[in-house]
Amino acid sequence: MKHELKLYCEKSRLSELRTFITEVLSTTSLNDISQNQLILAVEEVCANLIIHSHDCNPNSYISLKVRLSDDNIVFEIRDSGKAFDLKKYKSPEVNSVVKEKRKGGLGLLLVRKIMDKIEFETNHSINTCRLIKKLNSK
Amino acid sequence: MLTINKTAEKSHITIALQGEVDASNSVELDEVIQEALDDNIKNILVDGTDLQYISSAGLGVFMSYLEDFNEHNILFIIYGLNEKVMNVFHILGLDQLITIIDSREEAEKLVHEA
Repeated sequence: MKHELKLYCEKSRLSELRTFITEVLSTTSLNDISQNQLILAVEEVCANLIIHSHDCNPNSYISLKVRLSDDNIVFEIRDSGKAFDLKKYKSPEVNSVVKEKRKGGLGLLLVRKIMDKIEFETNHSINTCRLIKKLNSK
Repeated sequence: MLTINKTAEKSHITIALQGEVDASNSVELDEVIQEALDDNIKNILVDGTDLQYISSAGLGVFMSYLEDFNEHNILFIIYGLNEKVMNVFHILGLDQLITIIDSREEAEKLVHEA
């Protein structure tokens, strides 16, 4: 099954994103905690793109496709903003976030802890980030 | 959608969060905590009973004040989190850095012992 959402780059749209993913995941056998984790991970990546790659420009958008199979769930996030390679980004340590009184920096750490695999590629100025969760895994 | 209710009592203030904290509204949470600090409140309780969701933007607000709480000897307690929200704190081990307990009664007991 494939599901798609066009998400405009406003922070106020994040709740729309959550509603969409909640509906998609409701057909799976994942428990509430796992579903919430996946919603969170996808939201963190999208929020990051909305804020940092698109400067909250309500005219630009991100495309999200979700593919459900027996083995895994793949969230494919595409955009044409400034490329941000999640795989190369070094997340800060939680302790340094506290020391420096930083309000950001935890999001991508969450994504890494939640997802089993992260892929990133840029092709003809389209960035594609794939977040993959294996089913029947942690 | 996030609704924040602040209740001042003799020994503490309670900040009750209802709804969802994300990047669109975490600044509201930030303001209410900053206000408590500005008002020199020594005991801050966060009632998370009706908190349905939190993203890193919300976690980041709490984390950014931990040093201030330590420096100013402020007792900061979150209580009543449902298991989904609690899990988000747990993923990053934040439940080890912030006092998170089950009930309002326990939270008030800690305030009175402090």
